[in-house]
Amino acid sequence: MKELGDIAGVFAYLSLLTIGGGMAAFPELKTLTVDVHHWVTFPQLLHFYSFGQLAPGPNMMMVASIGAFVAGLPGAAVALVAFFLPTGLLTFAVGRLWTRMSTWRWRPAIQTGLGSAAVGLVLAGAIVMGRGALINVFYIALAVVVFFLLLRTKINPAYPIVASGLIGLVAHAVNL
Amino acid sequence: MTEPQPPSPPSLRQIFWVFLVMGGTSIGGGVVGYLRTGLVVRQRWLDDVAFVELLSISQTLPGLNATNMSILVGDRLRGVWGAVVAMLGMCLPGATLMTAAAYAYGIGGDDPWSKAFLHGIAAGAVGLIVVVMVQLGAKVLKTVADYVFVAATAAAVAFFHVPVIYAMLAAGAVAIWWHRPRDKSLK
Repeated sequence: MKELGDIAGVFAYLSLLTIGGGMAAFPELKTLTVDVHHWVTFPQLLHFYSFGQLAPGPNMMMVASIGAFVAGLPGAAVALVAFFLPTGLLTFAVGRLWTRMSTWRWRPAIQTGLGSAAVGLVLAGAIVMGRGALINVFYIALAVVVFFLLLRTKINPAYPIVASGLIGLVAHAVNL
Repeated sequence: MTEPQPPSPPSLRQIFWVFLVMGGTSIGGGVVGYLRTGLVVRQRWLDDVAFVELLSISQTLPGLNATNMSILVGDRLRGVWGAVVAMLGMCLPGATLMTAAAYAYGIGGDDPWSKAFLHGIAAGAVGLIVVVMVQLGAKVLKTVADYVFVAATAAAVAFFHVPVIYAMLAAGAVAIWWHRPRDKSLK
């Protein structure tokens, strides 16, 4: 039971950090699930997060994986509710207010100001994740190639991500 | 807000179904693209102006864009229950898959081949995240000061281990103040 309570607390807190996308919460996700609670190792977290990029729908469904990994189906359910309910209620309430505040003079300031903080958090998430995932020049090169491919083309990101996994297999086969 | 409303709003079952299909097919991130195709182009439940407005609310608030959009659109179409069924439809497929993935990982996760596959995916995902950041940045970063806010937030969190919530509140407050509404004579 204590574990489910911890899962609820951790994911409810993390959900509030996801301004600008799930990646913004990644540094704190790593600290809490790996360093504080020892639910998963850093490589395991990277695996769940990365595989989650291939799942359809919102890109943080990996919270269900961590919940299930720690405490089975109840863990998955608690993690999902904790992660999506608080922000869901907030969005619902603010959504109704925001439309009425369309002429409020602080609105553009809030939008732009939180926007730059959000981009900063996504960058921090990328740095923390890169430290774990880009372990040698080969993987750095792989990330760079995927970056330019996605920046320059309209290709569905699922293809280069799956291809990266296959390249990982080849690297393992030739013992890179 | 005035926007073209369809003659009668869709039923809860229709809303659930449309969001379930989007939640189950939007593979590879970029859910926003799938949302626009589904809601604006196919169903015509929203026009582009309303879509962009709801999207900007979604991006400003905590929560993922995909779920925030589902709530806001569902609420517009059918009130509270519209928001609930839209959100459920959006989340169910991915949540089921990722729960199953955890069990599969428990069985086969230590296999060196699955580790190698997942590690390759992780490297590719870093590339994907940086692209998302660049695209997000292109939309919101307008002045040199904005880039300073980005760098300061990222450095505080990634290198100095400042808890994200403090970094966000501090950087957000300074950035909002920097962009505060000025007198009209200054514009």
